[in-house]
Amino acid sequence: MSVLVIAEHDNRALKPATLPAVAAAAEIAIAAGSDVHILVAGKDCRAIAEAAAQIAGVAKILLADDAALDHGLAENWAPLLVRLAAGYSHVLAPATTSGKNLMPRVAALLDVMQISDISAVVSPDTFVRPIYAGNALATVQSKDAIKIITVRGTAFAPAAAGGGSALIETVAATGSAGLSEFVRAELSKSERPELTSARVIISGGRGMQSGDNFHLLEKVADRLGAAVGASRAAVDAGFVPNDYQVGQTGKIVAPELYVAVGISGAIQHLAGMKDSKVIVAINKDDEAPIFQIADYGIVGDLFKILPELDEELGKRQQ
Amino acid sequence: MKALVAVKRVVDYNVKVRVKADKTGVETANVKMSMNPFDEIAVEEGLRLREAGIVSEVIIVSAGVQQCQETIRTALAMGADRGVLVLTDVELQPLAVAKLLKAVIDKEGPEIVIIGKQAIDDDCNQTGQMLAALLGWPQATFASKITISGAEAEVTREVDGGLETLAFKLPIIVTTDLRLNEPRYASLPNIMRAKKKPIVPMTPEELGVDVTPRLITLKVEEPAKRQGGIKVGSVAELVDKLKNEARVI
Ligand SMILES: Cc1cc2nc3c(=O)[nH]c(=O)nc-3n(C[C@H](O)[C@H](O)[C@H](O)COP(=O)(O)OP(=O)(O)OC[C@H]3O[C@@H](n4cnc5c(N)ncnc54)[C@H](O)[C@@H]3O)c2cc1C
Ligand SMILES: Nc1ncnc2c1ncn2[C@@H]1O[C@H](COP(=O)(O)O)[C@@H](O)[C@H]1O
Repeated sequence: MSVLVIAEHDNRALKPATLPAVAAAAEIAIAAGSDVHILVAGKDCRAIAEAAAQIAGVAKILLADDAALDHGLAENWAPLLVRLAAGYSHVLAPATTSGKNLMPRVAALLDVMQISDISAVVSPDTFVRPIYAGNALATVQSKDAIKIITVRGTAFAPAAAGGGSALIETVAATGSAGLSEFVRAELSKSERPELTSARVIISGGRGMQSGDNFHLLEKVADRLGAAVGASRAAVDAGFVPNDYQVGQTGKIVAPELYVAVGISGAIQHLAGMKDSKVIVAINKDDEAPIFQIADYGIVGDLFKILPELDEELGKRQQ
Repeated sequence: MKALVAVKRVVDYNVKVRVKADKTGVETANVKMSMNPFDEIAVEEGLRLREAGIVSEVIIVSAGVQQCQETIRTALAMGADRGVLVLTDVELQPLAVAKLLKAVIDKEGPEIVIIGKQAIDDDCNQTGQMLAALLGWPQATFASKITISGAEAEVTREVDGGLETLAFKLPIIVTTDLRLNEPRYASLPNIMRAKKKPIVPMTPEELGVDVTPRLITLKVEEPAKRQGGIKVGSVAELVDKLKNEARVI
């Protein structure tokens, strides 16, 4: 039986989060001698299915197009997934807020235990997943007939977005459960890259003191083509919106370069960024725990260092 | 209407956990245990709904070993009305917890059930969604604002792109996110009062639920340790290292 991956999209574009999930699915499919299919579900989403069909190594795209599937309402999506899951050995979704919302509902309806946030595939029934904010790695085996899985995006190298030519097959939708309705969205608008797929991230913490001061970070971010993130303390204090939060209970990131500014390095923050390739810490307290995991640390006042950094990067760009 | 809140006893969030030498799990002996922080937020939300006159009673449920009673007691000291303790020594996984909670809900008949979005020990983020599925109820996950009017709830959710507001028909499952509220501390008089509040014990067998784990933990290991680096003396040196040594800019 094949492996099904749920595509993450917003009706305008296929989200990069889909690609590591496809990579994890491909590992399972190779080990099991099967193939990978992708489900694109939503309203007016044929263009997304066409984009998904280009992903390397995918055999088939299922397209479910229905008004009830708009906005990813779990109550409406779950019955469709339950019907489709019967034909698959594994169903995977990225461990994004939409995947985390949907998949346990599907798992419970199938009476199976979900395997959350896997970071490695050991075999088609055995997976590694971080627990305790990534301070331990559990290897777990599932005896359930269908494996329902969410995938940690930073743990799998993304599948190639091009080079494939999968068939697109339309599947019938299951309509609305009549339990939930979309009202409105207040999405953060930014010209910068998305946190979870950015090559460089610069994050601010409580040490930033205010939302206005984030413009100091943004200037450096613009020089580096970086995304801007934050600690929970900075979000709680209202400096920046909730979607900036990096950590155990926010976004998990692993960029080439992560710069932590005015962030102490609590376990919960480290859980979201400690797999970054290179970590830089800027903090006035030379005993801040963030320095224990930073490749390069600089002790000092961020209000002095950030403008200097902006200037130094500017000089070198000329 | 009644509100039901599920609370889990977990290793305190300030504890740096250690993996056991025999790789069967993490060390929990002589480790500080507390209520899962998201569940404190869930209890607080239940109390606020009661204080707003929307909810008549806040019932606390916890499943696990006898010491979970302390966790329930903490919620009662915050102001909740009574508790249900589902006693078992079996390792509970989210699907089993959801089944136990469903059985209690079938008895108690709450119209709003508030659950933490994620337990900070297993980091599963499943139980609320599973419970909603088993009950056939809608699920308002990762909530940062709840407004109940009549038989409907409008809930603002923290999603990857920002915030999203959905409308739901009651009864409903809500899972809490960090910005929903700031939980209160228990006052001394309330701690005293909580000692007299009832906690009813039950077992999975009495509730007719098979809690046998579905996932088998083969081993638990420590992740690779990150090597500490160096401190640089100036911004110019930092930029130079990033360019010429790490080659990331
Ligand atoms: C259930 C739960 C979930 C959580 N989830 C997350 C999560 O997902 N992500 C997360 O980040 N946190 C999370 N936390 C919170 C976490 O425990 C910490 O409280 C938080 O990360 C601290 O943020 P901070 O480092 O910005 O603030 P602080 O710990 O207050 O650190 C501020 C730092 O700024 C430095 N500083 C101050 N002024 C300056 C200056 N002028 N120049 C240079 N340095 C300066 C200080 O020396 C200090 O090190 C969670 C907590 C709980 C209980
Ligand atoms: N043993 C338990 N007893 C009571 N509630 C629980 C238990 N396990 C999980 N929960 C609830 O489910 C939430 C999410 O847990 P999880 O799905 O394990 O991440 C927790 O925040 C609790 O509200």
